[in-house]
Amino acid sequence: MDAFVPPKDRGGPAQPLLLAKGLRKHFPIPGGLLGRSSKVVRAVDDLSFTIAKGETLGVVGESGCGKSTVARLLIRLLRPDRGTVVLDGDPVDEPHGINLNELRRNVQMVFQDSYASLNPRLTIVETLAFAPRAHGLPTHLARARSRDLLAKVGLEPATFADRYPHELSGGQRQRVNIARALALQPRLVILDEAVSALDKSVEAQVLNMLVDLKTELGLTYLFISHDLNVVQYLSDRVLVMYLGKIVEIGPVEAIYGNPKHPYTRALLSARPSMDPRKRTKEAPIQGDPPNPIDPPSGCRFRTRCPFAEEVCAKSEPALADSGAQAVACHMSVPGSGHSKAA
Amino acid sequence: MAIQSPSLEIPAGSVKATPASATRGYWQQVRRRLARDPITLICSTVLLLIIASSLAAPLLGLADPYKTSMIRRLQPVLSPHYFLGTDELGRDMLSRLIYAGRLSLFMGVTPVVCALFIGGLLGITAGFVGGGVNMLIMRIMDVFYAFPSVLLAISLSGAMGAGAENTLLALTLVFIPPICRVSESVTTQVRGFDFVDAAKASGAATLTIVRVHVLGNVLGPILVYATSLISVAIILAAGLSFLGLGVKPPEPEWGLMLNTLRQAIYVNPLLAALPGVMIFLTSICFNLMSDGLRAAMDVKA
Repeated sequence: MDAFVPPKDRGGPAQPLLLAKGLRKHFPIPGGLLGRSSKVVRAVDDLSFTIAKGETLGVVGESGCGKSTVARLLIRLLRPDRGTVVLDGDPVDEPHGINLNELRRNVQMVFQDSYASLNPRLTIVETLAFAPRAHGLPTHLARARSRDLLAKVGLEPATFADRYPHELSGGQRQRVNIARALALQPRLVILDEAVSALDKSVEAQVLNMLVDLKTELGLTYLFISHDLNVVQYLSDRVLVMYLGKIVEIGPVEAIYGNPKHPYTRALLSARPSMDPRKRTKEAPIQGDPPNPIDPPSGCRFRTRCPFAEEVCAKSEPALADSGAQAVACHMSVPGSGHSKAA
Repeated sequence: MAIQSPSLEIPAGSVKATPASATRGYWQQVRRRLARDPITLICSTVLLLIIASSLAAPLLGLADPYKTSMIRRLQPVLSPHYFLGTDELGRDMLSRLIYAGRLSLFMGVTPVVCALFIGGLLGITAGFVGGGVNMLIMRIMDVFYAFPSVLLAISLSGAMGAGAENTLLALTLVFIPPICRVSESVTTQVRGFDFVDAAKASGAATLTIVRVHVLGNVLGPILVYATSLISVAIILAAGLSFLGLGVKPPEPEWGLMLNTLRQAIYVNPLLAALPGVMIFLTSICFNLMSDGLRAAMDVKA
């Protein structure tokens, strides 16, 4: 089956596996006459980043900041309003690029809700065989592969192949979901809060399995989570999002060791500490994130930022290199007009 | 810290103690639940009896349902030779009631089956595609909803003229909107689940996704709803015949028999009520059976 040659590396190790440029998604709000309306939710606003081959890029941010929208844009479950996605040198869904089918051979996704993401009417082996069969693999081969995949994610094929999703525990179901994402031998796996709904002990097991699978299969991960500790454990680089924008991106040591953006600092200080002497005394940031329908002018974080000044309301800070990481804050840009700017 | 086996999260006994036999499919579970539901079982048996006897009517050695006899008109129930009496033209009631089942059941089931295909197709399309297509289909259905179903059936039959074919057509049209609406709402619900997104993300063709992931999950509720409509269809078909818009005499049909026997209601009320009893029995059995099916298929793990 020529449809079943796994996707190969093309651009060499230096070329990013995935490059997103100016990605934007605004959701129109239903309402108004005949469902038309001028108001939009700015879920993702001009996002640009790269994912290098073999790395794990962690994405963190509060609920509703657009993390999941990014995941769905990358795998094209949502069509971006603007911007391009380039996969290993090939633009996606453009005249000289690759089509969506090829994109999906290369990029797969694991969803958060392990129960809702499995069809209750199909046995595990049927679920796993679905995608390979849809890509033209004969049924018996697809089933044989599914059994191998089950073994690979630590589920005994003889025991689990013919079970239904409701007969599995949450951790087992999420292993099946991971196996399904691997069924097409992708190069990039998007993990959208893939372990967030699991018990801590099961979560640790699944995380370790993800690390092992990555080495074994040479995968690249985009790991979306709100759990900062998990992101730190798994990621090589971290991307911090706030209201549909990147506020800071950089290597995990730089972000966790020397956060530059006030929002990143607030997020990190909100982590519960294991040390009772370092108990968090006060809430690091007050209030809820502003409404993404009508985000604040200038810097979107200024309404909750303790260092906000006049310049923050006037102009929007661009994402600029600042040491090891890139930060979108006026305080990090010399001569921006902010009093704390060096 | 790496994991070698999944044994940590599976209770030790459960894997060993549950061989393949404990792994039950959805339909096996439904069957097991139905077997424990006496009302559904009784109703299904009664329905089967009615259907089987009307289908096998010529083999049962019944009297000719068309043979009239002027001197034996309106014989009471349980009279000699006539177990259920005779009608206003002296025809054997038992024979006519059984033969009438053929036409009445046909008139009840056929429109629902036709509407199931058309309405189901429209509803699943509207639900899965969504957006403008959904808007267009569902607003057209709303136009039909503006009329009460009985009124719509009568006016359609009236406009097209009496006759069994026109009744079938009118009833089919009446049942398309409700089936379409139910199909649309369950499909919209299923489409929102992540497993449909996962299937889309796998790059499978839309028709394959609908066949494998949508149909299996929506067909159950749609079929249950359609079963409950059969009783309504039987009553509506009988009602149209009663009004003279459906089947024409001397064809035996429960609604028509009810109409022709109504003059005898003061002479022999029991006799006049018999076709009504049959309509009642059949439709309540269909209703209770669909309730039982709904309960049995509502499996939450």
